Amino acid sequence: MVPTTSASASAVGVPDVLAVDFAEPFQYEFFRNGLVIATLAGALCGLIGVFVVLRNMSYIGHGLSHAIFGGAALAAVLELNYFIGAGLWGLASGLMIGRVARRRIIGADAAIGVITTASFAMGLALQARYGQASRSIDAVLFGNVLGVFPADIAAVAGVGVVSAIAVVLLYRKLLFTTFDPEVAAVSGVRVPAMEATLMFLLSATILVTVRVIGVLLISALLVLPAVTSRLLTNSFGRMLWLSPVLGALFGGVGMYASWYADVPSGAVIILCGTAAFIVAYLSVGVRRRARVAGLDHHSGPALTTG
Amino acid sequence: MVKVDIPPARLAGEPLVAFEHVSCAYGSSTVIDAVDFAIIPGEFVGIVGPSGSGKTTVLRALLGALAPVHGHVHRRAGLRLAYVPQLETVDWNFPVTVREVVSMSRPSRSWWPRTSPAEIREIDEVLERLGLGGLAGRHIRELSGGQQQRVFLARALTQKPDLLVLDEPTAGVDVRTRHEVLHVLADLNEATPDGDGVAIVLTTHDLNGLAAHLPRVICFNRTVIADGSPNDVLRPYFLERTYGAPMEVLQHGGMPVVVEHGADDLRERLSRRGA
Repeated sequence: MVPTTSASASAVGVPDVLAVDFAEPFQYEFFRNGLVIATLAGALCGLIGVFVVLRNMSYIGHGLSHAIFGGAALAAVLELNYFIGAGLWGLASGLMIGRVARRRIIGADAAIGVITTASFAMGLALQARYGQASRSIDAVLFGNVLGVFPADIAAVAGVGVVSAIAVVLLYRKLLFTTFDPEVAAVSGVRVPAMEATLMFLLSATILVTVRVIGVLLISALLVLPAVTSRLLTNSFGRMLWLSPVLGALFGGVGMYASWYADVPSGAVIILCGTAAFIVAYLSVGVRRRARVAGLDHHSGPALTTG
Repeated sequence: MVKVDIPPARLAGEPLVAFEHVSCAYGSSTVIDAVDFAIIPGEFVGIVGPSGSGKTTVLRALLGALAPVHGHVHRRAGLRLAYVPQLETVDWNFPVTVREVVSMSRPSRSWWPRTSPAEIREIDEVLERLGLGGLAGRHIRELSGGQQQRVFLARALTQKPDLLVLDEPTAGVDVRTRHEVLHVLADLNEATPDGDGVAIVLTTHDLNGLAAHLPRVICFNRTVIADGSPNDVLRPYFLERTYGAPMEVLQHGGMPVVVEHGADDLRERLSRRGA
């Protein structure tokens, strides 16, 4: 072997793969931060996504992320802390959705549509009117992995640890509530408490990860790892660890690839997940595909509107 | 709470559940009205009635999932109830194996969700007893109708219930599966040397295939119309009041067989059209 292989390859015009410096991005702190948070956010979304997909909550996730955009815009204009402003706004939206949906004349999905798009529109209006004061709104809309502060990493890690502890400690009750809420209730499981816990974890997850992935892509990251792992296993227990692992991979690999592709990282992360989903979809049999078909009637729209 | 020791003899006679003039409503529409009946240990009761008659509402009130607007449902102190839902309400696409279904109703014994070897043995024992040995790792969709019904029965049994409640256990299953389910339930209901059999209450609209085989049948439509042995309650008078349509009852091998009134009429009309 001649040590000048790479030089001769570039001489004939072949893109010189060996000359690419794979360690290059790591010398930048913002990239290291971005990689850590993308991986953590992927794992967290993968974990919570299992419940989102199995409980048909993906439209709620989609709506919450839009509501939070309005809250974030308002917080930016009022110069409030993002987590406080967007968090309170998300909470208020959730309560309003519950109240409107309880009137029964309007379905929950329509209630989500009204309240969260109103919130989203308010965000857009505020951005247009006070654009100068709210530079970070762009980050909320499309995600900005590269503007990450250590506080963001701490927030994602914190919600991740709380979620993991909750899922481990409440494993059977959450499984029972998700699979069969009626029977769980008569078997002594406090179903409303379990549902509130899941709702809280979902809201917190969206709140801390939405700035990394972006409002328009977050529901895809909640759905992709979960549906991909569902294709690969028939067991809830296995799905529950496979989905966060896949999510972390999508986040990490997508982030790393976005450096070289020179494309917004949120988009590359979702494309990574989509590629994995397609591979899984094509490699498992038709019989399994049929099972996933009835899994979540919102996963289709959520993927395409993202 | 004060624990009172009751002599076993008295305990056996005390009803597990007693409905006292119970009415339930969804919104402003009353679904069941002034319902009275009691279930004592070891009984096997079938509630029959047309669809929309409030059978499932009776079960929900019995389980405590629905509060009566009037009257009271008494449950014996410390009563353990287990519920087997209708198969068609189950999400068959959900990623759960047989073992996961059976274990989900049991309280966790440790903080880590992994099922301990002792618990796996216990679950496998119940599965073996119900003829599901070796299927613990299967996905719930990869089973026959009878096996699917028995998985949910197994989940209920690991809760060691005093009273087993089943909603339409034979709806939408074939004749062989219906027999299979009925035999399993009869085995569970039978008292053994080490204990009383479990009391069972179920709903069904299958008069001949299921209700006629049970020791006690309650004809139900908004309220209790008749309550007793199949020979006493499966009679034209009660059946017409329950189903709102005339029915005839024949006797076959000491068991009542219910046939629709006017079946001859209908056959004649249809055959005339064919001719």
